[in-house]
Amino acid sequence: MAVAEAKSVAPARRRRKSFVERTIIGLAEAMEQSLYAEELAQADGMLQRIDPRVKVVGMLALLAAAALSRNISVILGLFAGALLLARMSQVPLRTLVSRVWAPALLFTGMLALPAIFITPGQPMARLPILGWTITAQGVSGATYLITRVETAATFSLLLILCTPWAHVLKALRVLQVPVVGVVILGMTYRYIFLMLQIARDMFESRQSRMVGRLAGSDQRRLAGASVGVLLSKSFQLSNDIYMAMQSRGFRGEVYTLDEFVMRRGDWLALAGFTLVAGAALWLGRL
Amino acid sequence: MRVADMVFDVQQATYRYNADVTALNGVSLMIPRGRRVAIMGANGSGKSTLLRILDGLYFPTTGRALAFGEPLTEERFQDDSFAFAFRRRVALVFQNPDVQLFNPTVFDEVAFGPLQMRWPKDEIRRKVAEMLDLMQITHLKNRSPHRLSGGEKKRVALASVLILDPEVLLMDEPTAALDPRSQSQVVDFLVGWGGGVKTVITTTHDLDIVEEIADDAFIFQGGRIVAEGAPADLLRDDDLLQRTNLIHTHRHAHTDGQFHAHPHRHIGHDHA
Repeated sequence: MAVAEAKSVAPARRRRKSFVERTIIGLAEAMEQSLYAEELAQADGMLQRIDPRVKVVGMLALLAAAALSRNISVILGLFAGALLLARMSQVPLRTLVSRVWAPALLFTGMLALPAIFITPGQPMARLPILGWTITAQGVSGATYLITRVETAATFSLLLILCTPWAHVLKALRVLQVPVVGVVILGMTYRYIFLMLQIARDMFESRQSRMVGRLAGSDQRRLAGASVGVLLSKSFQLSNDIYMAMQSRGFRGEVYTLDEFVMRRGDWLALAGFTLVAGAALWLGRL
Repeated sequence: MRVADMVFDVQQATYRYNADVTALNGVSLMIPRGRRVAIMGANGSGKSTLLRILDGLYFPTTGRALAFGEPLTEERFQDDSFAFAFRRRVALVFQNPDVQLFNPTVFDEVAFGPLQMRWPKDEIRRKVAEMLDLMQITHLKNRSPHRLSGGEKKRVALASVLILDPEVLLMDEPTAALDPRSQSQVVDFLVGWGGGVKTVITTTHDLDIVEEIADDAFIFQGGRIVAEGAPADLLRDDDLLQRTNLIHTHRHAHTDGQFHAHPHRHIGHDHA
């Protein structure tokens, strides 16, 4: 009987996901991505074995070289180097494509596309119907912009994927970021996940009691109420955390323990990064 | 027993939140050195507030609280030397371990207390390694707290306070929201730790662990102490336990197939 009834009901049209559903999915994805990044950071790859301070300095140097180079061959060479590093660090190509290359190409492409037509220079071709002229200088400028961004973004992602975030933060100390800034960033990172978990639980508990689709105004009202509750919870949490810190002797001054030790391999890696970045800057100056 | 042997001496302590919610109402108790004490009570009975007063995080609105013969007041905690000495001697494990695990990794968490005490860094590294080993959490040292299970978080929270080798350990609902295995690990720890020298004060409404973890017990209700004595004596008084919402009455089936209603505890309760 029930089966017959179920069969007689016309298949429901796929509806658009509500704000609440999209939020739950977004929160779950954020947590999954962080878990994936932490797993990758524990893998036995080349970059994972290097001291985080060397990685921060080295990747920044390579990123600067890619940004400052005025020679497309050099930028492409650095891009090839980034690919090699990714391969040696067990970072899958599809991760680079989905996390960096596709989004960077989309956004940079949107910026670079008009430059192909509006940059004055030698005409290369003319678009049919619209009649817009593509210039050689425009294409060259767009190519530089896209390759620079893709290369720089690849180096940044490699640093983040191959280093536990806590170590990236601590390594910022070599760039003279104040201890208090590092500690605040660390605590923010730590508690974002707790608040994400709380937010997801709140949304899921609401979802489990909802039937049908709410009107837009109701969705906004509920979302506003959730934000208020979350804010109140985070305020309570921050009070309790402060007490927990006080309980263990915190008196307003921040101290951290730097447990990094430079080994021979780290010095070699630092020399390698410096050499490659220096050579790229020298060769790419023209 | 002499006053000098007392770790805590609380007299007529009252604590109000926002001037109108009274969490503690005229509480007096004395806790001797080396005793294991259970503070029992239903939710909202004032147990956690008392622990925070004993840890110098809250200060009585009226009445007084002494620790090691010294008054616990906001003014006393302005003095760095007093504050550091007190924090070294008294440790609190919060009910919600997420509150207590605020560092990016387990290693940093355990190192936090010694760093505040300005211990030499080499000694901190050595002590942290020893403590991680003792609590069997060395494999978690680079893990972020958000990736730990409830039992692991509790062990890290314990390690983060025990590294200072405190004389007094305050535990707020240590077995709350833990699976049975993690609960038994915490109880085993509480039974074994201290060796009669350390003072352990545990708040709980888990009646099944009280006799194992405490020599003395207090029952709180509505911010007041309504009973005190040996745990076995208090736990035998069903009327008292029911009155203070520590046990309750409801209908349930016995093995003879009959339904009955009488006060009982769920865990370990024999219905036959």
